[in-house]
Amino acid sequence: MVALTPAGDYRTSYAADMTIFPTRNSRIAMLLGILLACAAPLVLGRYELGLLINIGTLGIAALGLNILVGFTGQISIGHAAFFGFGAFMSAWLHEEFHIPVILCIPLAGLGTAVVGLVFGLPAARLKGLYLAIATLAAQFILEDFFARARWFTGGVAGRMTENVSIAGIMFDREESYFYIVLGFVVVMFLGAANLMRTRDGRALVAVRDHYLSAEVMGINLAYYRTLSFAISSFYAGIGGALYAHYLLFVSVEAFNILFSIQFLAMVIIGGLGSVMGSLLGAGFMVLLPEVVQAVVDQLAGGAIDRTLKLGANISFLREMMVGASIILFLVFEPNGLAHRWRLIKAYWKLYPYSY
Amino acid sequence: MDFTLFFPLLLNGLIVGALYGVVAMSFVLIYKASQVVNFAQGEFLLVGAWVCWWLLTTYPIPFWAGFLVTMCFMTLFGIILQVVVLRPLIGEPVISVIMATVGMSIFFQALMKWMFGVFAKPFPPIFAADRVQVLGLQVQPVYLLSLAVSLFIMLGFWWFFTHSKHGLAMRATAFDQQVAQSLGVSVPRVFAMSWAISAVVSSVAGVVVGVVNGVSSALSFYGIKVFPAVILGGLDSIIGAVLGGLIVGVLENLAQWVDSEFLNWGNMTQIAPFYALVIILLIKPYGLFGTKNIERV
Repeated sequence: MVALTPAGDYRTSYAADMTIFPTRNSRIAMLLGILLACAAPLVLGRYELGLLINIGTLGIAALGLNILVGFTGQISIGHAAFFGFGAFMSAWLHEEFHIPVILCIPLAGLGTAVVGLVFGLPAARLKGLYLAIATLAAQFILEDFFARARWFTGGVAGRMTENVSIAGIMFDREESYFYIVLGFVVVMFLGAANLMRTRDGRALVAVRDHYLSAEVMGINLAYYRTLSFAISSFYAGIGGALYAHYLLFVSVEAFNILFSIQFLAMVIIGGLGSVMGSLLGAGFMVLLPEVVQAVVDQLAGGAIDRTLKLGANISFLREMMVGASIILFLVFEPNGLAHRWRLIKAYWKLYPYSY
Repeated sequence: MDFTLFFPLLLNGLIVGALYGVVAMSFVLIYKASQVVNFAQGEFLLVGAWVCWWLLTTYPIPFWAGFLVTMCFMTLFGIILQVVVLRPLIGEPVISVIMATVGMSIFFQALMKWMFGVFAKPFPPIFAADRVQVLGLQVQPVYLLSLAVSLFIMLGFWWFFTHSKHGLAMRATAFDQQVAQSLGVSVPRVFAMSWAISAVVSSVAGVVVGVVNGVSSALSFYGIKVFPAVILGGLDSIIGAVLGGLIVGVLENLAQWVDSEFLNWGNMTQIAPFYALVIILLIKPYGLFGTKNIERV
């Protein structure tokens, strides 16, 4: 991948090469982006804020999956189960032990990381499709556990959750809860970007690129594969907990295999091995149903609507769009939205002499 | 202990297991020929069963005619999928190929729900007799049919791969693509053919299950049950796939029996194969009969 830096920006030390934001402009853009997001509740309505909150929570979980799939090269088809585990764990911790919700969220992340470790241990020796199948099994086993463990999940009835409150301030509306999610998003994404600059992060990438060479160079494969599973589950748990305290209700059926596939779709559409791509992918997957809805509303009452019964079958149409977008992205843009964004940047940077 | 339920469940396990074996066989066929892990195998069953159901309920044609038309349709379906979706992905990493088949899977599952609804629909009756006596057990004739069909397909596979020109070409491609190509085997054609055969064979299983249980989106779960079966049997062994399918079918029903007798946990039928799968992978990361790849840097 070509690093696109302005002319004259030569790195003279390893430290300079490894900064998280390579140029001054990227630092400014980052700060501006956060400030802009902070201003969002003043401008947007509750519905749009709800969408943004969903993008944030799902984006955190998608980032976890991206660390596993995009950075370590291990596939997982059971991410939604870990996401769900985090959601239930946070609700359960609050109800059983009366821990403040804001502490329950990171604790749920840690608990999910432990579960991820348990499933990651057999996964440490697996790769490619054997791993895909093992994580598929994890998905079904955890789903079965959710339905069975009434003390933990509330069984078929599901579990109610509480709002986040800090020092007497309730974060019970979209306008306020948005800031909680935003805080977690910033911390988690900076954490992931930083992880990739460390020795451990580079080891993960080495395992992805050529695991035999990595092992020859002294990287402990089993350790790093398990570690990446744990980190990915940690992110999934945090995302799930945030999701639970936003919806205030967690149902057992929500975390099915289709949800897991949606996480994989986010990672692929956003761009494998790209931190910001995870957020872009989550945005795509959250906005896709909205676009489908808008298109169907446009067609409502017309001849197409009458023959195909679009309105009544919109949920199937959404699922089909998820499947179709995965295939189309894989065939036409396998590097995802993050790559497209890089190309756009390069185009303007090199304009008008693009060769 | 109550053994009255034991033998019917065992028999049921063998019958269902034979069907799993057939589906697993067609899964392994695709994997061997084109190195694609097909997560959309269950959708072949689903699409085939719905097409056959639609033909039989819409047009006044006999069962065998509808069945034949379904076979022709599924041949085309398999070839089109391979050419349109999988061919552009040759040379891409394993994850991309897996995800493409996952994408196909949810696409067709949703499409079938849209076209035919979410409720199970029964096939028009095919047999006059309701039950027949076999070895002192009351058995529905459709079950016998499904066992016969499974055995027939397995024999057909054996003949195809040992005696026919195309089958030998397919084995040669699976062994070494470049050598096969230099001997005049058209590799793209072999890929397309393997998808076509796999789609047809799976849809036969789909129609059989549809005749027994009615057609619904639950059929696509067979595609997921294939994974424990192939892991048990090893990914690149067709006989292993059949054995794995039988083991999974029996295991499911035994788990149900143990559960109903001793544990009373419920839902063990669906979950037991996956526990077995995780334990096997923990001990043998390449499956029970799978070949361990030796890799060199």
